[in-house]
Amino acid sequence: MAEIQGGYSIQRRMYAIGIRPGKKIMKVSSQLWRGPVTVKVDNFQVAIGFGMASRIIVELL
Amino acid sequence: MKKILLMGNPNVGKSAIFSRLTGARVVISNYPGTTVEFMQGHIRLRGEEALVIDVPGTYTIKPTNKAEEVAVQMLGRDGDIVINVVDATNLERNLYLTLQLIESGIPMVIALNMWDDTKHCGIEINLEKLKAILDVPVIPTCGLSGEGIKELVESLSKAKPREKKISSAEKRWQEIGKIIGEIQKLHHRHHTFLDSLQDLSIKPSTGIPIAIAVLFLSFQIIRFIGEGLISYLFEPLFKNLWAPLMLKLSSILDPGTFLHQILIGKLIENQIDFGQSFGLLTTGLFVPLAMVLPYIFSFYIVLGLLEDAGYLPRLAVLVDNIMHHLGLHGYAIIPMMLGLGCNVPGALATRLLEGRREKFIAATLMAIAIPCMAQTAMIIGLVGERGGGYVAIIFSTLFLVLVLKGLLLNKLLKGRSPEILIEIPPYRSPQFKAVIKKLWMRIRGFLTVAVSYVLLGILFINILYTLKIIEFSARFFSPILTGIWGLPREAISALIVGFLRKDVAVGMLGPLNLTTKQLIIGSTVLAIYFPCIATFIVLIRELGIKDMVKSALLMILTAIIVGGLMNLIL
Repeated sequence: MAEIQGGYSIQRRMYAIGIRPGKKIMKVSSQLWRGPVTVKVDNFQVAIGFGMASRIIVELL
Repeated sequence: MKKILLMGNPNVGKSAIFSRLTGARVVISNYPGTTVEFMQGHIRLRGEEALVIDVPGTYTIKPTNKAEEVAVQMLGRDGDIVINVVDATNLERNLYLTLQLIESGIPMVIALNMWDDTKHCGIEINLEKLKAILDVPVIPTCGLSGEGIKELVESLSKAKPREKKISSAEKRWQEIGKIIGEIQKLHHRHHTFLDSLQDLSIKPSTGIPIAIAVLFLSFQIIRFIGEGLISYLFEPLFKNLWAPLMLKLSSILDPGTFLHQILIGKLIENQIDFGQSFGLLTTGLFVPLAMVLPYIFSFYIVLGLLEDAGYLPRLAVLVDNIMHHLGLHGYAIIPMMLGLGCNVPGALATRLLEGRREKFIAATLMAIAIPCMAQTAMIIGLVGERGGGYVAIIFSTLFLVLVLKGLLLNKLLKGRSPEILIEIPPYRSPQFKAVIKKLWMRIRGFLTVAVSYVLLGILFINILYTLKIIEFSARFFSPILTGIWGLPREAISALIVGFLRKDVAVGMLGPLNLTTKQLIIGSTVLAIYFPCIATFIVLIRELGIKDMVKSALLMILTAIIVGGLMNLIL
């Protein structure tokens, strides 16, 4: 994962929950109509609202 | 007295350890945000009594919602020692809070919880090295089985403050990266059955059918167990054993006396009618024990299983989209589901939501359109006698009200619903003992609180009748009762008791000889018009007086409109 765009508060929440630059991140599922995206990082899964998820910029591995 | 705080990320098992340490009864579930309020218990530390406090989970010491705020306040105010509960299977993320706690200078020990899970997750942790690097006691534990708890208690005396500079987020993550590199090894592991189920239940193509199946099955099980207990156990017990006893008591007390009126109530054709007599020992016991308890029992079995398996957050993700139209996000499903059991824990769980707007919407929607299980059981019992379809009308109406009200509030209130950001816990197979323990805790709560409120309600209504207050208010409110809702004005007694207990209130519609239409309108209005006193008090605390007044006005207005419309349409 390359970076999280967006304001300080979004970054802070994402970092705290364990999503931050340099981590391997895998998409598990996404819901219809721009619903939340579920991703797997390390050993845990997080559901992230579509808008927030679209701020996560990744590099494909 | 020394104060020991249990702190850690959400859903790492703090409450399980708390309950092991203190023997206190607390709700333990498999979803982040089970504990939204701190709990206290006592332990003995080398002869000295100490207070243990179970703190809501938090990812950092900078809170993002009310539950986390509670956690951080606790740390600042009155901690002497922290037990930092850490999920051993997610060490890296958990260590962030650990470092922050160390920096805060509070003496600390680490409970490396879910230790038993690391093996099949393919995680190998070098315990000795971790202890050495962090320079605090680290005890591997398993909260559910109780492993390591004794060692944890012993280690508390070794907790000492560590001097460490406050550093920045970036530096902390760098430090964590280094620590993890030194102490943790990952091994490859195969996809298990639970992993596949996890993926299937969150992908929309398979997840939505699974959700429908789960909810349908839950509903069927609740009904099957509830109905079974009523018709094969409780009703026969009351009819065959209790009724003859009460008849004897009735003849001793002599019908017509005040004491007879209070204890036995009215005799219907010289017999006890548990639905209509309304004495403390007749209807007062029959309603909570034979009509409500069976459904409370069956509902909490099913809810407990769903909670412990870890299904609820997945449901939250699947319904997130829909909930956004109602001004909420998916996680608001948690207060709603808890509210189906009892509105009080539901109201408390609105703390999981981020802002004032969401809390207001969630609390209002729940109080208006989510009947608690006690009320539901009474509706099933009373209206169900006239036909299952009529019960369906009531619940469809309530559901429709929930949706319309949500759409409306979302339009009217400024702002928009925030996006969901929640951790999805791994599935765990619910443990029989844990499920039973939680069930018993909830039933005990019902029996001690609810039964006394039911008895109080019936006593109260008998006194109001004697003092003619009912008659007075019946006349006063008859424009609404009769004019708009088409109910007899005696129904005011049900509305008055509804402030105390909704189940008794529905029960009071029984003796009024209502038509089916009136019964349907009465039950629906009783669900909507106002929360019971217990919920009301919690809501005032959670929303503040100002928002609660607004919310209450909405409830009354909705009840008048919905009841009026039903009177016109049905």
